[in-house]
Amino acid sequence: MASRKFEPTNPTVKWVEDRLPILGLIYSSVGGGYDTPRNLNYWWNFGSLAGFMLVVQIVTGIVLVMHYVPDINLAFDSVQHIRRDVNYGWLMQSIHANGASMFFIVVYIHILRGFYFGSYKSPREILWFLGIIIYLLMMATGFMGYVLPWGQMSFWGATVITNFFSAFDFIPFIGDGLVEWLWGGFAVDQPTLNRFFSLHYLLPFVLVGVVILHIWALHIPGSTNPLGIDANGPYDKVPFHPYYTAKDAFGLGVFVIFFAAFVFYIPDFLGHPDNYIKADRLKTPAHIVPEWYYLPFYAILRAIPDKLLGIVAMFASILILFAMPWLDGSRIRSMRFRPLSQIFFWIFVINGLFLGYLGSISPDDILWFGFEAIVYAQISTLYYFAYFLVVMPVVSRMETTLPVPTSIAASVLEANKKG
Amino acid sequence: MMRNIKIKGLLAAAIAFTTMTNGSQAATEEGLKTPERNEYSSTGVFGKFDHASIQRGLQVYIEVCSACHSLDLVAFRTLEDVGYSEDEVKAIAIEYEYTELDEDGEETFRTGIPADYFPAPFANDNQAKASNNGALPPDFSTIVKAREHLSFLPWNSVYGEDYIVALMTGYEDEVPADAPEGFVLSPGTYYNHYFSGNAIAMAPPLFDDMVSYADGTPATVHQMAYDVANFLAWASDPTMQERKELGLRVMLFMIVFVILLYFTNKRVWAKVKKGEDIDPSKL
Repeated sequence: MASRKFEPTNPTVKWVEDRLPILGLIYSSVGGGYDTPRNLNYWWNFGSLAGFMLVVQIVTGIVLVMHYVPDINLAFDSVQHIRRDVNYGWLMQSIHANGASMFFIVVYIHILRGFYFGSYKSPREILWFLGIIIYLLMMATGFMGYVLPWGQMSFWGATVITNFFSAFDFIPFIGDGLVEWLWGGFAVDQPTLNRFFSLHYLLPFVLVGVVILHIWALHIPGSTNPLGIDANGPYDKVPFHPYYTAKDAFGLGVFVIFFAAFVFYIPDFLGHPDNYIKADRLKTPAHIVPEWYYLPFYAILRAIPDKLLGIVAMFASILILFAMPWLDGSRIRSMRFRPLSQIFFWIFVINGLFLGYLGSISPDDILWFGFEAIVYAQISTLYYFAYFLVVMPVVSRMETTLPVPTSIAASVLEANKKG
Repeated sequence: MMRNIKIKGLLAAAIAFTTMTNGSQAATEEGLKTPERNEYSSTGVFGKFDHASIQRGLQVYIEVCSACHSLDLVAFRTLEDVGYSEDEVKAIAIEYEYTELDEDGEETFRTGIPADYFPAPFANDNQAKASNNGALPPDFSTIVKAREHLSFLPWNSVYGEDYIVALMTGYEDEVPADAPEGFVLSPGTYYNHYFSGNAIAMAPPLFDDMVSYADGTPATVHQMAYDVANFLAWASDPTMQERKELGLRVMLFMIVFVILLYFTNKRVWAKVKKGEDIDPSKL
């Protein structure tokens, strides 16, 4: 199908379109003018879900800011005021707090979908880089947002995480004052809360900008698909609207039910009880645990006994994603036709979940066979990096792949014949 | 002075970092019992506040707990949500006295009104500690949510209610046989099965028939603890019932809506899914 252009018949719409072709832009981005592979499965819903979550977070966040007070003596109470006195404030607060987790769930699935179906491979490298930047911005935004309610975990989490940067104190001139520069003082205090609030408000809009670039970069080669082959044939694509608008709407509905279950019935499931205690700089909580979405990286950090190396490993575990387009040397994108890669991929997923579990417990807890958790964390960290540095380069170049269909349309007909 | 602050800040940070990287507390603490589970009308998808129990709990809070524990975030007006009439709320508020400075800077006294918040028993943390053997009685406004959540199941979501009941009923007059090995009770503390470290600075606060309930419910320690737990659960999360009621409506709407979206999607894709639009000769 050839790409269609937006050709308004209504004279007023045409008048506007001739002067500012914004409707045409929308039409060719997420409307009938954007042709999409016809065989996308439900794993492809998570991109639009992530976009939805970004909008939800911005809208609820803007409402919360109307009532929140970024003052170390008032922040905690102002959040409680929102939950108690503001009309539907409890709803906004619950959506925003749980929304952060939902955003991460959706984005993790979106990233892993990219892993499995080779979305990072040529010609989509820059699209992939923009995705990693989005993820890093989300991590920063989520962290700073968690500090704002000024509970015990907010305060101590902020103290610990900003202290990561003291590992760089060997760098002349910069290193020594880095942490104090971040804090704006000699401890996490009023200046820290104020700047985190400022940045927590700013970064989502930076995110919107990078998301627009992400979608722009997507629209150059178009979406990948489960077969991983280029959609060049005459019947390989369907217009985004109505096909994928309908499918995304259904997926969104299912997701909203899942989201609402948290918002209305278990609003504190993903939080920590200590954050219902006002920050107290004289009382360190027994366990300082970051939000769940950081736990795998936290486990990697703790697995390495040296502070600096641990922090380097933690950052490297995300930055390594930038190298994926070259680490993976396979001619074939989709793991559907790469049986050996598939096995290592699923081990990688389970390993990631296991790292998350290890991040949530104490490193000296005794686990199976009498070994401490840190030993398992070290093994898991080893696999995490080996997956990128050994498995991916070697397996992708060595494995015997399965036959790939000639075109998407042909595979649709083939599948129908089989019934 | 500045240097001192700086060192303290870095020290606190270093301690925190060590806790985080080497976290040394064992998962289960020796000598610590798991709270027993009670039934609450507030749990579950259809959870409702038990107004009778909350009102009894309020009585216990006013007559007993409020001697030491503040409830900073709860205003008298909100008591209308748990079954009190406007006049009853006024009657509760009027029992309290508030100090103000008048136009001449003179101290004046006035009685409480529904818009007031429960007054704190102590002027500040230091006074509270000085009056309590150095221990700070925590504020009760969010206490139920600030304790370990015992069940997250949507149909049985319990926060710290059971912990409160267990703590109130978990005192021992003497160090029991199942205490951690070599346990010595330091002076000014009391043995409790459910408090981390087993030594709590709060003396057993409740005794049978300490209050006399207007509705004739026997005021056993367990009953009073249960009622206080219900009251504090409401105080910590006063919109719980509204939340669950709206949630039910959202869920029912979404389920119907999703069914419609499912069939819409199916209809849109019907032809394309089967490849009926494909001309095999052109492939």
